[in-house]
Amino acid sequence: MNAFANQLPIGLSIGAVLLLIALGLTFTFGQMGVINMAHGEFIMAGAYTAYMLQDWAGRQAVLVALPVAFVVAGLMGLVLERALIRRFYGRPLDTLLLTWGVSLVLQQAARDMFGAPNVQVRAPSWLVGGAEWFGVRIPHARMFIFVLAMVCVAGIWFYLARTKQGRRMQAVMQNRDLAACSGIATSRVDQRTFFIGSGLAGIAGVALTLIGPVGPALGTYYIVDAFLVVVAGGLGRLQGAVIAAFVLGLVNSYAEFWSDASLAKVVVFAVIIGFLQLRPQGLFVLRSRKLT
Amino acid sequence: MTGSTPAEPQSATNGHTDSADGGQALLAIRGLSVVFDGFRAIDGIDLTVREGELRFLIGPNGAGKTTLVDVVTGLTRPTGGSVVFAGREIVGRREHQIVRLGIGRTFQTAVVFEELTVEENVDLAASFRMRLPALLRRRKGRSDKVASVLDRAGLLDLAGQRAGVLSHGQRQWLEIAMLLAQEPRLLLLDEPVAGMSRAERERTGELLADVARDRTVLVIEHDMEFVRTYASTVTVLHEGRVLTEGDMAHVQADPQVREVYLGRSRDTRAAEPAAVGAGPNPEGAA
Amino acid sequence: MNTPGLLGRRLKSGRWRGPAGFLAVALLVLAVAPATLSPFRLELLAKYLCFAIAALGIGLAWGKGGMLTLGQGVFFGLGGYAMAMHLKLAEAGPGELPDFMVWSGVEELPLLWEPFRQPWFAVLMVVVLPGTVAALLGLLVFGRRVRGAYFAILTQALAAAFVIWLVGEQGLTGGTNGLTNFSSFFGLDLASDADRRVLYFAVAAVLGLMYLGFRHLVASRYGRLLVAVRDGEDRVRFLGYDPAVVKTVAFTLSAISAGIAGALFVPVVGIISPALLGVVPSLELVFAVAVGGRYVLAGAVLGAVLLNYAKTTFSENFADGWLYLQGALFIAVMAYAPKGVVGLVGQIRDFAATRRLGRQPAGDSSRPTRGPGDDEPARPAEAVDVEKEAVA
Repeated sequence: MNAFANQLPIGLSIGAVLLLIALGLTFTFGQMGVINMAHGEFIMAGAYTAYMLQDWAGRQAVLVALPVAFVVAGLMGLVLERALIRRFYGRPLDTLLLTWGVSLVLQQAARDMFGAPNVQVRAPSWLVGGAEWFGVRIPHARMFIFVLAMVCVAGIWFYLARTKQGRRMQAVMQNRDLAACSGIATSRVDQRTFFIGSGLAGIAGVALTLIGPVGPALGTYYIVDAFLVVVAGGLGRLQGAVIAAFVLGLVNSYAEFWSDASLAKVVVFAVIIGFLQLRPQGLFVLRSRKLT
Repeated sequence: MTGSTPAEPQSATNGHTDSADGGQALLAIRGLSVVFDGFRAIDGIDLTVREGELRFLIGPNGAGKTTLVDVVTGLTRPTGGSVVFAGREIVGRREHQIVRLGIGRTFQTAVVFEELTVEENVDLAASFRMRLPALLRRRKGRSDKVASVLDRAGLLDLAGQRAGVLSHGQRQWLEIAMLLAQEPRLLLLDEPVAGMSRAERERTGELLADVARDRTVLVIEHDMEFVRTYASTVTVLHEGRVLTEGDMAHVQADPQVREVYLGRSRDTRAAEPAAVGAGPNPEGAA
Repeated sequence: MNTPGLLGRRLKSGRWRGPAGFLAVALLVLAVAPATLSPFRLELLAKYLCFAIAALGIGLAWGKGGMLTLGQGVFFGLGGYAMAMHLKLAEAGPGELPDFMVWSGVEELPLLWEPFRQPWFAVLMVVVLPGTVAALLGLLVFGRRVRGAYFAILTQALAAAFVIWLVGEQGLTGGTNGLTNFSSFFGLDLASDADRRVLYFAVAAVLGLMYLGFRHLVASRYGRLLVAVRDGEDRVRFLGYDPAVVKTVAFTLSAISAGIAGALFVPVVGIISPALLGVVPSLELVFAVAVGGRYVLAGAVLGAVLLNYAKTTFSENFADGWLYLQGALFIAVMAYAPKGVVGLVGQIRDFAATRRLGRQPAGDSSRPTRGPGDDEPARPAEAVDVEKEAVA
């Protein structure tokens, strides 16, 4: 029983990481139906931002990096959207492949700028070590990530529900044409969406520096998982992403616990396929009424 | 199958039906309701279409006509009620299964496969009962069925053209041709003459009347002149319910129908002066 | 039938282009190349042809069927490992263990390996393993109307999971190193140049036969149905077909072709490892087809050969630059030449027409208004691939 309970916090913490990574994706995916394969590289950019700030901010780099990475990754996303993505709206598969090309370029650029080997970002002293919770040792870093994820979700929820911009974003997400007819500048909303979605990736990247090394291929480790969260959670729904992320995190940790680590991913995949049998549209869908 | 059995007495309709009518209920809809997120698109419909009928379904926009067809063809799942086709309940079956039972439809905006030629479109529609191994073989020439359908729909000359280059009217005929090629027992057409020229409409009407001689046809239409020319039995829908049913004279005389149409849009009345209620003093007609 | 008349009409309509082109390429591949290329270069060409076999499947599933499958590495690997397992056992001898197992101190042959001693079983598995996985996945996923980008992501996830499993099962699969050091292939001595030539011809023959087979399939009724499903899956339902079955067939065939490609890759290149199979290599397979021209089978083959040739050449000379070039090429192709190299001719022609006439042509470059019998279709509308339909 103890071993079983041990997996719970691990699963939740994996879920928190997945949530951070997937949060931005639910934005861009849900908003514009854009599969941004370069999302992983925005995460990587966030992580490297923290790395670069180390020289200047020392051990507090991680905290300082959070807003900076948000802006850096956000700007990268904005540039991508303006330069390429907006030309291919309505061609989701082509956008997928297109952004993968961008991802390749960014990865190589990272290799050229920072070198191929992994680098370390030193965590602030107060995040080192862990605490005992119900007989399970949980690293402070992972607790921080959990809190960070919750803060981000709350922030996004507030933005969407309570601000004018956010509500416009929801309108475009639910019915683009109607929103445009209602006078909403959809292209500006798109830009904002991409900026925020990519910015969130940057934050996720900073968080990842707390639990592992940083390298040019950082994005590729997590991008597939992130997309799975979006697939399982339903197109662009915040609640869906949250629930899917934690459920997948738990499935991941329990699968690793019961089988061995190498089979865990296969188990997760099988679980998702199984889940899609019951709910192919994901956890939550936007129900629109048919008017014709 | 048609014309041999006498018409069953119909309590709902007091209009006489087509002389070619077979009498057996081919499609029986009972207590149908469809609710989209609180919006009642269909609010309790009972409808019977007998074998061999040519029935028209009219009503203002939003009345639920297309939704009704969507339910019958399996595109939309109703929230309640039943749809029985040739004795079988079809609610819950998948679209292609319903087609295989013998129901075919066209869409408001004709959807054809633009990359394939006209002939390939029709041939595909005609071949759906083939088993997979047969499908793997190359098509050898033009089958008789395809040839006759192309001829009937007036598309022989265009047979080799990519469907993408067809004009609007031609596309709609191609859709009808594909429907014919399926050889369904029940044909459901959704605004088949929308956007057609007068000549095209006449041609389509003749084709439909011809088809209705040995099949059962249900047509959704807005074009009142077309309805008046070719309809024998008309069902009027309004706000998800059947308003009235009967032959054209009965329907035109019904004050409720006039109110629904006239009250809805005075402009359409101006555009179609003979739409509904034309003729001498409609007051007092029941 | 007036034969000269028929022939004359065929010549005029351009129908001769197909068979003549095929013969020309066959001549190049079967006669010119072996005569002019060094054994090393010929071996490289054999490798490219293996990728071309996999590309055929992608051309069918993606180009004609609209299914962006980003996990072909899985099927490539299943076929490759099936063949590799047999070759290792064949070379070890009856009752013996493969060399890598001996070196890692494995005492007993894993049960999974034993049946692969039989050549017929291994060959069967090359087709059955990828085929079954694909058929199962296809029915489960397409059956629930999950398609487009969602399907693509699922195939990626499968590739990622597969690689992790391969790496983890060191004793079973050779782990990160994979399986290598093959000495013979069904009687052919892989150290002998002469035997390697025979292998080259075998690969070329398989490619040729599969190409013809797939072409026939594409021209058949099923092929037209597949295109219809790509362009209007929902409409096809109302014609009485189940699109899930149609798509699963094409997807399974693509998996089988990838499996065969993997199986041939093993003796040609001499290794099969997880690094060749994951998310990135799977994407590269698709990329190759995109570059060559996904809407035409010949384009897929061309793309595979061209891209891998470019990769080899550039990696030799500008290793770092290759990734930039690849990425940039990918962006350029997807953005400006979605019909690939094969489609460029049409695009240039349309562009020239625009300049000449001083106005927009009747259609854009994605809708060539050439006569019937032309098998270069326009870009289909990728309508709402993202939205999965609700069940109810």
